[in-house]
Amino acid sequence: MGTPGMRPLLAAALAGLLALGATACGSEQTAQAEPEAGSDKKITVYSGRSESLVKPVLEDFQKASGITVQVRYGDTAQMAAQLQEEGNRSPADVFLAQDAGALGSVAGQGLFAKLPNEVLDKVPAAYRDEDGEWVGVTGRVRTMAYNTDQVPKGDLPESVFELTEPEWKGKVGIAPTNGSFQAFITAMRVEHGDERTEDFLAGLKANDAQIREGNAPIVADVNSGMLASGLVNHYYVYELAKEKGTTVDALKAKNHFFPNGDIGSLVNVSGVGVLDKADDDPDVRKFVDYLLGKGAQTYFAEQIYEYPLINSVVTAPGLPSLVSLNAPDIDLNDLDDLRTTIEMIKESGLV
Amino acid sequence: MPTLTPRRARRFLPRPALACAAVLAVGVALIPLVYLGIRVGQAGWGRIADELFTARTGDLAGRSVALAGVVTAACTVLGVAAAFLVTRTDLPARRVFGVLAALPLAVPSYVAAFAWVSLAQGFEGFWAAALVLTLVSYPYVYLPVAAALVGVDPAQEEVARSLGRGPWQTAVGVTLRQVRPAVAAGALLVALYVLSDFGAVSILRVDVFTRAVFTAINLGFDRTGALVLATVLVALSALVLLAEQLSRRRAARYARLGGGAPRPPTRLRLGRLRWPAVLGLAGVLGAALGVPAVSLVRWFGEGVSRPGSLGELADAAGNSLGVALLGTVLTVVLALPVGLLSARVPGLLAVALDRLAYLSHALPGLVIGLSLVFFGINVAYPLYQSVWLLALAYAALFLPLAVAAVSAAAAQAPPGLEEVARSLGRRRAYVLRTVTLPLAAPGIGAGAALVFLTCMKELPATLLLRPTGMNTLATGLWTHTSVAAYAAAAPYAALLVLIAAMPTWWLSARTGVLTRTGG
Repeated sequence: MGTPGMRPLLAAALAGLLALGATACGSEQTAQAEPEAGSDKKITVYSGRSESLVKPVLEDFQKASGITVQVRYGDTAQMAAQLQEEGNRSPADVFLAQDAGALGSVAGQGLFAKLPNEVLDKVPAAYRDEDGEWVGVTGRVRTMAYNTDQVPKGDLPESVFELTEPEWKGKVGIAPTNGSFQAFITAMRVEHGDERTEDFLAGLKANDAQIREGNAPIVADVNSGMLASGLVNHYYVYELAKEKGTTVDALKAKNHFFPNGDIGSLVNVSGVGVLDKADDDPDVRKFVDYLLGKGAQTYFAEQIYEYPLINSVVTAPGLPSLVSLNAPDIDLNDLDDLRTTIEMIKESGLV
Repeated sequence: MPTLTPRRARRFLPRPALACAAVLAVGVALIPLVYLGIRVGQAGWGRIADELFTARTGDLAGRSVALAGVVTAACTVLGVAAAFLVTRTDLPARRVFGVLAALPLAVPSYVAAFAWVSLAQGFEGFWAAALVLTLVSYPYVYLPVAAALVGVDPAQEEVARSLGRGPWQTAVGVTLRQVRPAVAAGALLVALYVLSDFGAVSILRVDVFTRAVFTAINLGFDRTGALVLATVLVALSALVLLAEQLSRRRAARYARLGGGAPRPPTRLRLGRLRWPAVLGLAGVLGAALGVPAVSLVRWFGEGVSRPGSLGELADAAGNSLGVALLGTVLTVVLALPVGLLSARVPGLLAVALDRLAYLSHALPGLVIGLSLVFFGINVAYPLYQSVWLLALAYAALFLPLAVAAVSAAAAQAPPGLEEVARSLGRRRAYVLRTVTLPLAAPGIGAGAALVFLTCMKELPATLLLRPTGMNTLATGLWTHTSVAAYAAAAPYAALLVLIAAMPTWWLSARTGVLTRTGG
């Protein structure tokens, strides 16, 4: 192809792009016309938590407050990446996330507003950001799911470290590519040091730990007897019971909570952060208050069996109390720590 | 009238306009690469070196290439064999097989992988992934090869036979050589698809590059690291493209030179191989279609969760259809100038544009999605989180599928007719509309069908870019499987496969295997 054709062609391409850019700038000014300062009775929530888990809460809030909630569901980590890409022009007012790491990555970009103290104070210090940029909404506990036919109650371990011993060879399922497993390993490093954690990971590998893609497949396999046990979050047995149309008591898979504050029963949080631009939005504030209010917390406790984080709501029956468990003595949104953990898991050969 | 030399023939197409449109179209496919360039540039050399120059990177790249190589080879063998059996032999029930053989394309890789895992304990690793990916992507080879085998001029085979070559010798030495460009085009799409796939490799736990990209984002919340890693996928696809380009040069062209009435090709008698062939093909279909079907039925039967309501399901199906259609229209419109350019004005520009259109095809949907978020926020803000930007993402993702179809179809349409129209005083645009496009329409339609069903299956970019509150079948499937509500997910999966199967059906029908004339 001859070169003479190229120059007008490039010019045309550039002109096209400029035209696009111009329309972009033009309509933006009109699009951002807000009806009034303060409340516009509308908020946009980015939810990294599943629709089936949080939709009822959002609907209740909408009914109670008259504020329209536009929700965008997605994967927590991918949504965090999306928020970072959107920066200050994000349509989101609120980010509801499944774990602290994701909230930390958004906070790290300076996208969250600092929450007021009266909001933060509703939740124990261990379950919120040190700088007050996000706050925990619910707690979820690491447990060992076990099959009652294959593991007698008396054989259940006192500590998660026992799982690297010979009697557990080939009997433990883990999901090393799962976020909550990684948080658990990070916490182990903080509490017991990198060396002991590396030994634990190597021990799991040597003990022929059974790898699964996520927590749900582990619990399903434990229930069917394909696996004797597995390290998961506590609420997966409830999800399985719901899917099977039965109660947790009727399942073969049961939760074992490691006693005495063992790191094996670490508490993780799901939480919420408010985007900078919505800092003064009274509707958003109402929403955050609602999530930490009695109604929503009771729903989380009773309907999806997560741990309420405010004092006035009690944990669902059958679950050990939050104070008896190991609260993370660590900054769960410290991403450098998270990266070291991922490296460690990779080096152990488990992924 | 003197014969027109190729150089003079070029004048019969609106060249500058065509070239401009083609450049703009390829620009869309390049958005992800520009984005990668910007973000990786911000990372700085130290960071890039840290991420890339590690033993693990080499390891992952090796495994990605190996997986792409194995699956491409297997798809080529399977796709060509299946196409040959249904178009050129006396295979029993060949019309039924002809249609069914294309249907695995309608099964998303994550559904297929999940189906296999839940049926076979311990089914994981490299070969498991190779098997599943082969089963879902061999139709990329099967479809163009079947179409080429039906369309090829039988004259050469007849010559070979008359000169004493046996039927099998002719099939391998003459017939298959003639369809080599179709095989290469299909194999290229398979190779790039395997490099970009995340669904199957994550479920079957093969550590390949896409998995490393996702791990960086999903566990490390490390967008920059993920994007740096993704550049390796671009480099790998450049290698694949180069390899395909080289194979093209060595392949001679055997186009039908017009003239001669199209007539059915001779069919090989399979003889004793009849039933083994039937069993083999049935086995492949059982694995590719039967396993997912059984699995979906089991999901549905074993759980009590159900989709919210039929209305929700219908709504999701409607949305899926809508955005997939929009995406298809946009993709095909963008592909037209690129395909026409490479068919009618072959040269450096056409080749460069064609190759560039493929370059980002090995990037995972998540990276393409993020790049369109970036584009939407910074360039096209009014379109952000509208169906238009989602359609643009589909175009960026699937442009190569349509470009391949358009250029093949335009190359088949004889330029002579356009020349006649021009010589009779018709304007270029008029000729394009009344001669070129109608001639190429079936081929373009095939490309459109392919794009449509691929849009239907797309998940990661759809999650990032869909309008807030909009559900599609793919996102509905994701919503329910993410909370282990497999029974509720099953109807979404089934509907997705059924709707995607329709264009697939049409695709295989138009290859000619359904026509009665050769039976």
